[in-house]
Amino acid sequence: MTPQKSERKPSATGSVKTAMTMTEKIFSRASEKSQLSPGENVWVNVDVLMTHDVCGPGSIGIFKKEFGNDAKVWDREKVVIIPDHYIFTSDERANRNVDIIREFSHEQGIKYFYDIKDLSNFKANPDYKGVCHVALAQEGHCRPGEVLLGTDSHTCTAGAFGQFATGIGNTDAGFVLGTGKALLKVPPTLRFVLDGEMPDYLLAKDLILQIIGEISVSGATYKAMEFVGTTVESLTMEERMTLCNMVVEAGGKNGIVPADATTFKYLEDKTSVPYEPVYSDDQARFLAEYRIDVSKLEPLVAKPHSPDNRATARECKDVKIDRVYIGSCTGGKTEDFLAAAKVLLASGEKVKVPTFLVPATQKVWMDIYTLPVPGAGGKTCSQIFEAAGCDTPASPSCGACLGGPKDTYARINEPQVCVSTTNRNFPGRMGHKDGQIYLASPYTAAASALTGFVTDPRDFLH
Amino acid sequence: MAATASLPNPTTFSSSSLTRRHHRQPSPSTTTFTPTKQPSSFKPLISLSPTLIRHASVIPYVTNPTSSSSSPSSSPPATSFHGHCYVVRDNIDTDQIIPAEYLTLVPSKPDEYKKLGSYALIGLPESYTTRFIEPGQYSTKYPIIIAGDNFGCGSSREHAPVALGAAGVVAVVAESYARIFFRNSVATGEIYPLESEVRVCDECRTGDVVTIELGESRLVNHTTGKEYKLKPIGDAGPVIEAGGIFAYARKAGMIPA
Repeated sequence: MTPQKSERKPSATGSVKTAMTMTEKIFSRASEKSQLSPGENVWVNVDVLMTHDVCGPGSIGIFKKEFGNDAKVWDREKVVIIPDHYIFTSDERANRNVDIIREFSHEQGIKYFYDIKDLSNFKANPDYKGVCHVALAQEGHCRPGEVLLGTDSHTCTAGAFGQFATGIGNTDAGFVLGTGKALLKVPPTLRFVLDGEMPDYLLAKDLILQIIGEISVSGATYKAMEFVGTTVESLTMEERMTLCNMVVEAGGKNGIVPADATTFKYLEDKTSVPYEPVYSDDQARFLAEYRIDVSKLEPLVAKPHSPDNRATARECKDVKIDRVYIGSCTGGKTEDFLAAAKVLLASGEKVKVPTFLVPATQKVWMDIYTLPVPGAGGKTCSQIFEAAGCDTPASPSCGACLGGPKDTYARINEPQVCVSTTNRNFPGRMGHKDGQIYLASPYTAAASALTGFVTDPRDFLH
Repeated sequence: MAATASLPNPTTFSSSSLTRRHHRQPSPSTTTFTPTKQPSSFKPLISLSPTLIRHASVIPYVTNPTSSSSSPSSSPPATSFHGHCYVVRDNIDTDQIIPAEYLTLVPSKPDEYKKLGSYALIGLPESYTTRFIEPGQYSTKYPIIIAGDNFGCGSSREHAPVALGAAGVVAVVAESYARIFFRNSVATGEIYPLESEVRVCDECRTGDVVTIELGESRLVNHTTGKEYKLKPIGDAGPVIEAGGIFAYARKAGMIPA
């Protein structure tokens, strides 16, 4: 099936009375209304509902309670269930929760359930993916113009595909399971125009840390964040995912990037479902527009204990660290590990602090072991990591990004200082309440691992 | 369809009624509006907006054991909450409200619901020397939380409002909320997410005795003698008025009664 990329209905083009943003257009299509304005509450048809092992059991509990024990989900092909949070743990309740979502998936005939049974060896589970937001993209569930809801705040990651994607709670998810609909408010849009050539020491993580630092952790509450400009156009899909992933750290309802040739290329071998991208009209109303000259930015970190506590990596060069963590939906994708490997390779040195690597998905894990790192003479990430003295890449999952059960790999169990490619650094986020987390790009994380201090990657990349 | 009950009589939540609520006993009176806590059921909620009160009817969800016991009444929903308050600052995120290690507890399971309550706000830094829940306890002495900006930011975990509700919190008065937390509070009916017009967290101290008058959108601090205006609930009003998202959808004919 060929994606219907160019055939646009009136609501998707400018041929309506009032111009709309792309988020408004997605709401318009999903609610079957030709015109919408920010602030309106509408029932939208949901294209994909995602849940996982942490919120799935509660959502299923509400679904059964409200619709009956024998009730069927509204569409067994539109529900995606992904065990990813607490997998490699001996915690009995965590294991039970995976059993609950498995039983439900079988009972309902859920088409996309990415199961894991053998916890001792993730590779023995061919269906197992790992971190839901990265798996959703890799498995072709992120499609332009659609509505994706998930029981996880970082569901907004999928906005990278020009999809409306946002996080919901168990009760709303229980409702969607039964009806395929959700009552949503049309958000106003903040537009971020990122122009200029991206310096080779920056990554999308630096861009979003810059923006969150600018507008604060509540600067986009209830709002859509649309990313455009020549810099955004030059970003890969994984980098666009990083950008959209952290809009929730600014309070945003969704992040969104217009679909383009990069998007279509990525989707080519991943979905046969026809999709219909939408684009903001020239005259669309934006609540505010921010212009950023990316060429002038520097590698950044978010200092403890807030994602908007922005500083340049150089300003923190005297901060001694105890460990480095590379992983999660934000910073555990294939390109994130390639970036870290690039810095380690450039230095040729060994890491000075324990460096934990948690690939987001099984595919990312495979890439680490098979893809040659550009300019490394055929060496893979895994070879470079091993030579640099990093910990062996762990089984793919959400890992210690959110602490999790006490026996979670790389969890911070002491009041240590960690440079992490993850998304949040509130007190206790990675385990210990007095742990200090510096959020950073994979470049900055790898550079910091090499020195044992928060370090600007330019120290190694130039 | 949920029984369309009329407005309940004015009710004050004293600390004794809160204690009762933890044990999830049915309301002892047919005319008293006591939100009986049931995991994942909607307790009746009342709109705060004066414009909505005229036609506000409390529609408790049908499976709520108290829902069939409402009796007709013409009095306005002048519900109030009364008790000691617990004061926190800005950006209290969901990891502080309920740390991720406790997310294996499933809110829709009654025994785990109760346990979630025992961990409410356990993630607050040690600088909060007065703890929200005493060690070994399942519920709090503070039915009302006063907070600063962006309360509930972070994760979409519904465990957060549920943990507070399970601990015995009836309302939070914050300067502002993170979107998903606010939504989950409304959808579950676990707590009233109220907004103050001014920064009340700077003027209240943990342990102060406060009253929230919902009908008058007012917060009274009896310890300091000060009064504060609360903002109208806004868009969420109709959903709260109906009794949560399921009751609202049934009322709207979106799902079968």
